Amino acid sequence: MDIIATALPALGDAWALILQPLVLGYLVLGVVMGLCVGVFPGLGGIAGLSLLLPFMFGMEPVLGLALMIGMVAVVPTSDTFASVLMGIPGSSASQATVLDGFPLAKKGQAARALSAAFSASLFGGLVGALFLTIFILIARPIVLAFGLPEMLMITILGLSMVAVLAGRVALKGLAAAGLGLMIGTIGEADAGGSLRMATYDIPYLTDGLALVIVGLGIFAVPEIVSLLRQDRSIAREAKLGAGWGAGVRDWFANIWLSMRCSLIGVLVGIIPGLGGSVVDWIAYGHTVQTTKDKSNFGKGEIRGVIGPESSNNAKEGGGLVPTLLFGIPGSGSMAIFIGAIALLGSGDIEVGPKMLQDNLDITYSIVWLLALANVVGTLLCIAASGGIAKLTTIRFTYLAPFLFMLISFAAFQSGQNFEDLLALFVIGLIGIFLRRFDWSRPAFLIGFVLSNPVEKFSNQAFQIASFRFRKSFEEGMEYIFSPIVIVLLIVTVVSVVLGIRQAKTIMAEGDVQSGSKRAPLVFLLVIIAYLVTALINAQMIPDFNLTDKIVPLVVGGIALACCLIMLVQMILRPETDVIFADKEAAGEDADAPYGLWSTLGWFGSLIVATFFVGFILALVGFMLSFLRVRAGASWTKTLILTAAGITLMCVMAGALNRDFPPGLLQGAVDLPWPLK
Amino acid sequence: MTINKLASTVAAAALAAAGMAAPALAEVDLSGKTIEWVIPFSETGGSAKWANFFAPLLSAQLPGTPTVVVKFMPGAGSTKGANWFQDQKHEDGTLLFGTSGSTQFPYLLDDPRVRYEYSDWVPIMASGTGGVAYLNPEDGKKFDGSANALKDINFIYGSQGATRLDLVPLLAWKMLGMNVEPVFGIKGRGDGRLMFERGEATIDYQTSSAYLGASADLVASGKAVAMMSWGALDEDGNIVRDPTFPEIPTFKEVCEATDGCETSGEAWDAWKAFFIAGFPVQKIAFLPAGTPDDVKQTYVEAFDAVRSADGFKERAAQQVGKYPVFVGDGAARATKEGTTVSAEAKAYVIDWLQQDYGVSLK
Repeated sequence: MDIIATALPALGDAWALILQPLVLGYLVLGVVMGLCVGVFPGLGGIAGLSLLLPFMFGMEPVLGLALMIGMVAVVPTSDTFASVLMGIPGSSASQATVLDGFPLAKKGQAARALSAAFSASLFGGLVGALFLTIFILIARPIVLAFGLPEMLMITILGLSMVAVLAGRVALKGLAAAGLGLMIGTIGEADAGGSLRMATYDIPYLTDGLALVIVGLGIFAVPEIVSLLRQDRSIAREAKLGAGWGAGVRDWFANIWLSMRCSLIGVLVGIIPGLGGSVVDWIAYGHTVQTTKDKSNFGKGEIRGVIGPESSNNAKEGGGLVPTLLFGIPGSGSMAIFIGAIALLGSGDIEVGPKMLQDNLDITYSIVWLLALANVVGTLLCIAASGGIAKLTTIRFTYLAPFLFMLISFAAFQSGQNFEDLLALFVIGLIGIFLRRFDWSRPAFLIGFVLSNPVEKFSNQAFQIASFRFRKSFEEGMEYIFSPIVIVLLIVTVVSVVLGIRQAKTIMAEGDVQSGSKRAPLVFLLVIIAYLVTALINAQMIPDFNLTDKIVPLVVGGIALACCLIMLVQMILRPETDVIFADKEAAGEDADAPYGLWSTLGWFGSLIVATFFVGFILALVGFMLSFLRVRAGASWTKTLILTAAGITLMCVMAGALNRDFPPGLLQGAVDLPWPLK
Repeated sequence: MTINKLASTVAAAALAAAGMAAPALAEVDLSGKTIEWVIPFSETGGSAKWANFFAPLLSAQLPGTPTVVVKFMPGAGSTKGANWFQDQKHEDGTLLFGTSGSTQFPYLLDDPRVRYEYSDWVPIMASGTGGVAYLNPEDGKKFDGSANALKDINFIYGSQGATRLDLVPLLAWKMLGMNVEPVFGIKGRGDGRLMFERGEATIDYQTSSAYLGASADLVASGKAVAMMSWGALDEDGNIVRDPTFPEIPTFKEVCEATDGCETSGEAWDAWKAFFIAGFPVQKIAFLPAGTPDDVKQTYVEAFDAVRSADGFKERAAQQVGKYPVFVGDGAARATKEGTTVSAEAKAYVIDWLQQDYGVSLK
């Protein structure tokens, strides 16, 4: 009763604050800006918020909040465009969406997939807001109940989704996840600072690889290259099937799934330290497990879009809890948001524990501005989806240079090093081969995303548990086996058992034919060589930094064991076995008119040219020659498209105040922006 | 109070210097220009917050009110950005660089990635913060102004890493003879506080603004007991009580009261050197090497105007704490103090890191 007595008036005040024409105007402005930023893969809310920061100083608090929230709220909505239409995961929030969204686009059902995704996003956002309105008042003890063992268990639950996504050969999926985990450990260890597969001579590697680059490399590069080789449009026969209305109906038919995934989103979102990295995978796993006919997953199952999209907007709401209640940002954009709030007005709104007591009305304004921004953003997105879906009917060869441009720019934003482009290329190559030989790419990505949390939480939980055990055995057991841990443990076990039983029917890479023995075997040997090198490298870390080597050793050991068993299987089994799956053996890749290496060479040439003359000049040369030679366009068309691409890039980078990758030329001569 | 005196003396000196340079100043006009303030960290860190706070204020005070944009160049624990800045030469005075304790510590510890030299750069403005350590209530009862009764207790502490700012509290607790086991790998001090609130960590520290924002409530409600502040520097370089927390004893006082803890000698010198680099002189804004005096004076004057503007103190209290903002000669002196450490002190810390945490910077 007490709670309601304080909450209701504050809620009323909040609505009075929000429902002013000027506030709503700012909100819409923020939403539109957010949509523009969000459709660019890899930029996301951080870039958008940084753009707004200079204007926040001394601004009327509620106006500033409307602008910022409008921008942040729609990014997980608008990045769906890139995931569904191009197979490019715009951010970690939309990785699972790619799995079924992009196949739908290939079937010519892009508009349906988009509008189903947007409806689900909207619903998720509203469920999140409603839930938070009550929950934020009682959330504090619940958030504090999630200690390190609990977080470790949630991470493991996320990792257990590998079981669902492992593909036809479970060992392969497990090895792919293990490889992802190992790639995730590259760089300076969090705990003791030891270097894994890195050296101080290459400072780039000490920071590890960025998620954006791995996401783009694993999902986007292989798809772009494959489509480019086939020289067709994304939607087969360049025809669009079901329209946006069908998507909304699809969502409505699955409203309970949407509801459950929204709640998963809010609940995982409120736990600080996990952020969004696991939410969409847990939601995807849940969707698969609750679907009767699993045969369509990975090939364009609409539920596979609705589940993750319901959770990722709800998660944004959940993420407000640690941000507002504890002053601990749940994500990068929330960190900037906290900083920006302190600039607003006279600077007296302080995010943190006092927020609920002193500024409950502001707190509620934030929650409901977020919900409102979702509504506005979704309606705009649905309205646009029919038109934008037409992109999938364009001959892909005309889209490809723009996509190479976008993903290179996106990759460069993560570290602003030339090495970012190299890393994108190398990871892209790994992605191409994982795809070719039917190693589960989602499993690899889940491994990569969860690598750091797994290592961090297991080390920290172990250390604190042993500290408790030294005090007394009971205290130690109580710490490790809290009720929450036990529940999560049961959920994980059930999900793994169910997952393994179901995995065979879910083919994330479609039905891949088997070919000769040689190519798959060579790839396996390369992976084994890397794992052995990484294991030796980890073993060389001195023992007093055990925390830095234990996870690479254990994970690498398991992955290596899987690979060795597969090696034996490969030797024993005939070459028609599924273990020798090879996309080059039969199917659309094998029949493609263009070869892999010549196609990849185009992308490589862009990177090499960037190394010498910098990004923009390289891009001019790349687009001209690609459109003229590869696409066979007329000079007029070539020049117009090139000019359009360069202008788009410059306007975007100029507005966000970003630089382009410089080359050797820029090191020798001073050139004006954007050439510098 | 001595701190304010120091600040005002420095201010007066800076103004006098600015006055003398006045004729030359008229030459520097930045209207229509864009100043890039480069931060070697990501958009989400404390240094970003610091630069974003100062950027609009600085813009308003520079001649011609140029646009000041904050740019981020994260990587390799800020050494990437600092190495980049080392290669920059003065061009037209539109480049500003901001460093933090995380840039100073690798420099002081001879990190192999460091290829920059602080003394080459031209410091314009420096600001700092303080910090407060606190205990869980149970062990807090045994704290009597000395750590004598805390020596037999095992503490656990969520830490970002022994070579980070956490070096200062870890070394302080070690000097007090306390047994503090760090759990490494947390991402920020906020995570450390959360660990403390969950009861997983039993000792914690926060920088001043974070302490005021969240931990002070824990102390007030009996869920934590304040132990000591790191203190602040007076104009002679002595450690005195932190003006933000006049009621909390300093580490120096606690150390003096604790058996076996010395406020002289190499351990103390080492602690003090790293304390200065990490707290009172935590963040510094630089112009590149070779910047002419008129440009330098323009910036010094602008920052001086920023800090003496109406309402700055109140706003700054939240962003950077109630600590002096040094400009001009004051910033130069502060930078020198924050970036020099005696060979003995350095050797002591490097040896300790190797012994206790197995950290070797090679």
